Amino acid sequence: MSMIHFSVTALRKQLAAKEISPVEVVDALLARIEAIDPQVKAYLHVDAAAAREAAKSADVTRPLGGVPIAIKDVLNVKGDPCTCASKILKGYIAPYDATTIGKLRDAGAILLGRTNMDEFAMGSSTENSSWGSTRNPWSLAHIPGGSSGGSAAAVGAHEAFAALGSDTGGSIRQPAALCGCVGLKPTYGRVSRFGLVAFASSLDQIGPFTKTVEDAALLMNVLSGHDPLDNTSSRQQVPDLTARLTGDIKGMKLGVPKEYFIEGIDPQVDAAVKAAIAKYQELGAEIVEISLPHTEHAVAVYYILATAEASANLARFDGVRYGTRAEKPTGVLDMYGRTRAEGFGPEVKRRIILGTYVLSSGYADAYYKHAQKVQELIRQDFHKAFEKVDAILTPTSPTAAFKAGERTASPLQMYLADIFTIAVNLAGVCGISLPCGFTMPEGDTPRLPIGLQIIGPNWGEETILRAGHAYEQSTGWHKELPPI
Amino acid sequence: MEYEAVIGLEVHVQLKTNTKMFCGCINKYGGLPNTHVCPICLGMPGVMPTPNHDAVVKTILTGLMLECNIATRCKFDRKNYFYPDMPKNYQISQYDEPLCEGGAVTLNLLAYPKDAQKLETTVVDKKVRLVRIHLEEDVAKSQHDEGQSGVDFNRAGTPLMEIVSEADMRTPEEAFAYLTALKQILIYGNVSDADMEKGQLRCDVNVSVRPKGQEKFGTKCEIKNLNSISAVRRSLKYEIDRQIEVVSEGGTIRQETRRWNDVKGETAVMRIKEQAHDYRYFPEPDLLPLNTSLGLRSEAEVLMPELPSAKKARLATQYGVSEYQASVLSSEVALADYFEKAAEAAKDKGLVANFLLNDYLAINSDLSTIAVPAPWFSELANELTAGKINSKQAKEVFGLMVSDNPGNLTPLEIIKAKGFVQVTDTGALEAWCDQAIANGARSVADYKAGKVAALNALKGQVMKLSKGQANPQTVGEILEQKLKAL
Amino acid sequence: MSSQGIDVQYVADLARLRLSADEVATFQKQLSDILGYVDQLQKVDVSSVEAITASAPTSNNLRTDELKPSISAEEALANAPVQSDNLFIVPRMVE
Repeated sequence: MSMIHFSVTALRKQLAAKEISPVEVVDALLARIEAIDPQVKAYLHVDAAAAREAAKSADVTRPLGGVPIAIKDVLNVKGDPCTCASKILKGYIAPYDATTIGKLRDAGAILLGRTNMDEFAMGSSTENSSWGSTRNPWSLAHIPGGSSGGSAAAVGAHEAFAALGSDTGGSIRQPAALCGCVGLKPTYGRVSRFGLVAFASSLDQIGPFTKTVEDAALLMNVLSGHDPLDNTSSRQQVPDLTARLTGDIKGMKLGVPKEYFIEGIDPQVDAAVKAAIAKYQELGAEIVEISLPHTEHAVAVYYILATAEASANLARFDGVRYGTRAEKPTGVLDMYGRTRAEGFGPEVKRRIILGTYVLSSGYADAYYKHAQKVQELIRQDFHKAFEKVDAILTPTSPTAAFKAGERTASPLQMYLADIFTIAVNLAGVCGISLPCGFTMPEGDTPRLPIGLQIIGPNWGEETILRAGHAYEQSTGWHKELPPI
Repeated sequence: MEYEAVIGLEVHVQLKTNTKMFCGCINKYGGLPNTHVCPICLGMPGVMPTPNHDAVVKTILTGLMLECNIATRCKFDRKNYFYPDMPKNYQISQYDEPLCEGGAVTLNLLAYPKDAQKLETTVVDKKVRLVRIHLEEDVAKSQHDEGQSGVDFNRAGTPLMEIVSEADMRTPEEAFAYLTALKQILIYGNVSDADMEKGQLRCDVNVSVRPKGQEKFGTKCEIKNLNSISAVRRSLKYEIDRQIEVVSEGGTIRQETRRWNDVKGETAVMRIKEQAHDYRYFPEPDLLPLNTSLGLRSEAEVLMPELPSAKKARLATQYGVSEYQASVLSSEVALADYFEKAAEAAKDKGLVANFLLNDYLAINSDLSTIAVPAPWFSELANELTAGKINSKQAKEVFGLMVSDNPGNLTPLEIIKAKGFVQVTDTGALEAWCDQAIANGARSVADYKAGKVAALNALKGQVMKLSKGQANPQTVGEILEQKLKAL
Repeated sequence: MSSQGIDVQYVADLARLRLSADEVATFQKQLSDILGYVDQLQKVDVSSVEAITASAPTSNNLRTDELKPSISAEEALANAPVQSDNLFIVPRMVE
């Protein structure tokens, strides 16, 4: 095992003890990126010189001092490009820092580079990037999941110690599951969204990708907290999330929703998650069968509400103040129509049209308002469940990674990849995905990671991290290395 | 057939705050283009709005002043439409849960145009009901050249109230009075400077006509580009005449937006390429709803000023000024405040009101340039009341005090410098009276014959003899006695 | 609610997206599929969830009316595709 395989926690110990220097760490990582990223294509942009420069003056006494962290291309980093993997933002240089970026800087982290994603975070495979698709480090023929596929692949391939992503319907947890790393979607309002290019504002949250659960807790300690610039960020107190990772979960009540083990789920995923549930029982947790009856409607609700918000959020990309503009517009309407036609990819266009439609006069009641009510039922499902249990166990994704190109023809098929993660965003609660096994190799498909999702109530990050940590320490799936 | 007009107004008012509605940039008219901007009001990718506390409170205050119902809960919505002056291509506004609903603007007499104040058709104290008041953000300003437009985002994000009236007005004069009275209240509450020339108050007019007695509304037209209250009146007069002419000749009115040309004095159809309008309102997910019962309403209540009608009543009773004077004084809060200071030490408050309204404002259009310390009014009035100078002298002193006073002399100093004294010494007065009677045989005869007014001629003689310094009242008494004794 | 009812061309105009005829045809088919899928929501009984929005919040999160620094015109215009004299330039707006 070399330096690049360290967890953030392990790396920090070595840095603090001066056994290694931040410069050595950055150099090792840059070498790794140079060696394998041409195949994985996790990064869109790496500023090696700036990273080396930052490493020279890194303060290793700080919480993330000298630790390089990769950033999904959806967050504004002052002076850096931020394209959201879209042609429409080509050439845009961010004039300000996202709040989370400021927090990482304050914690001493080195901002290493920008990771690939589905355009404007719309997708489940990172195939919707305007700059080419990212591949899964466990099998280059497979997709890494999405939309934060670049961040997941970078951490899964040990091209990053940790990364930031954003999760609107599963965009952190699903690629984490598919790339064999840990990904956490915080409770809505836990982490400031200021500086995150919005997809669906009422659902978006920024969260970490890490190699271990403890690292996720460490990053959440840095990222969490109220931000006066984000009106929806909570003033709820932030506990020290690393402090209670004791490994002891005796007496913890874990719910298993019967609706999540349905037909259509890959048998190997089903088996791995059921084995994880058994493991929890072994560790002293109490397993309780629960029901989340409105889950079956989550995807439908999501594709109404998220696209509606997106249709407004993406209206600002018009070629007036930033980004690209169509050549020689003949008038304002021509400028809008062609700039947006040339700048957006097909999935983004599809969602803008869908979102515009469900809000339009005559349809808003039937679609948008009705979907909001069903969302409330989904939310109530979770609140009722959390009266009985401390956390909920489910698969993160119904299948392991699928092959590149396999689902691009059917948007609806692609949407169903997020069937287990979407309800968590709709309810606003928190969720984490962590490795819980692998598929059996079959034909030319090698073994692929499987993810376990642990869902917690509002402000329940401490609980899901504690549960995840106990499982991880007793199994060791996280120690497996990808073939690349 | 006789027709009547039906008029409703949508008024946009920029709030007087330090900063913009959703970011900390300065809220200030003018400035070099794109210097009062930040990533938030430019709608850069990833930014989020944070609502301005004072803008919310001032909107509630406006609602309280106009007797609206203040919603306990309200929220912001996104209004979607594309235009280069809109940074996000949606405007943060309020749709189905505005801050204020209902309420009314009262059209007091002085709010009407001067030439309409005495008309029989003028309905004094008519209440024009309001539909709602909501809070939103202003858009950028653009300037147009050959073939291109330039956009300046300094104004983008300025806190903006939209005040929507019911279609309660029937004449251009009522629309004029509505805007005048509304503006007065906005200034009273220090909510806005409401200067139409600076675009701080902007008005869109909806107008239709119908045969008198008919209940159903006619087809309405919207008039835009109205840059003054008088333009609103004139444009309405033009547009109502136009519509009546069309209808009475059997034509039909098309629903359209018309632009007022102030120079030509006419409205014309705006050539906007017809685009489907569908604002697709939905709740702004970046902002939490507001609860006005958690302090916001009570903060606004503390700011509640004495309103024009209450001030008018109080000035009349407290200072004994006439109802008309009280109306004029309360028409502007600055005038009323000045009057109260000016009259504070006066024994006869009415004299101060006369000086201020008849002698000062008759010549000067407003108070903004007055350089006279308010207490001087009392000082001057009290000299007059005490009989130390007469009213003619007082007028002269006043004139010098306000407009020709390089030494910044007080009224007492001016009186002294002018040598103004009022002779009340009966000996001297009697001598002048005797002289006047001796020289005015004709007047004496007239008086004796029962023409009481002849006394004034004699009085004038005495005043002349005294070089204006005699106390006219005492002179009158002495003359009367002497004439009776003849 | 008819899922066949979407007029892709009309909606794309509202969204200021100029689509090719091929795109219109493809989206018409795909969006009809998706809308067919979301039609499942119509059978959900939402009578227990009237007015989600009815309750007033328990706190207000408002910004104090205090000035914060603006950015310079140069910074503001740094990303502009076309600019001149400190203004963002666009094709002439109508009227």
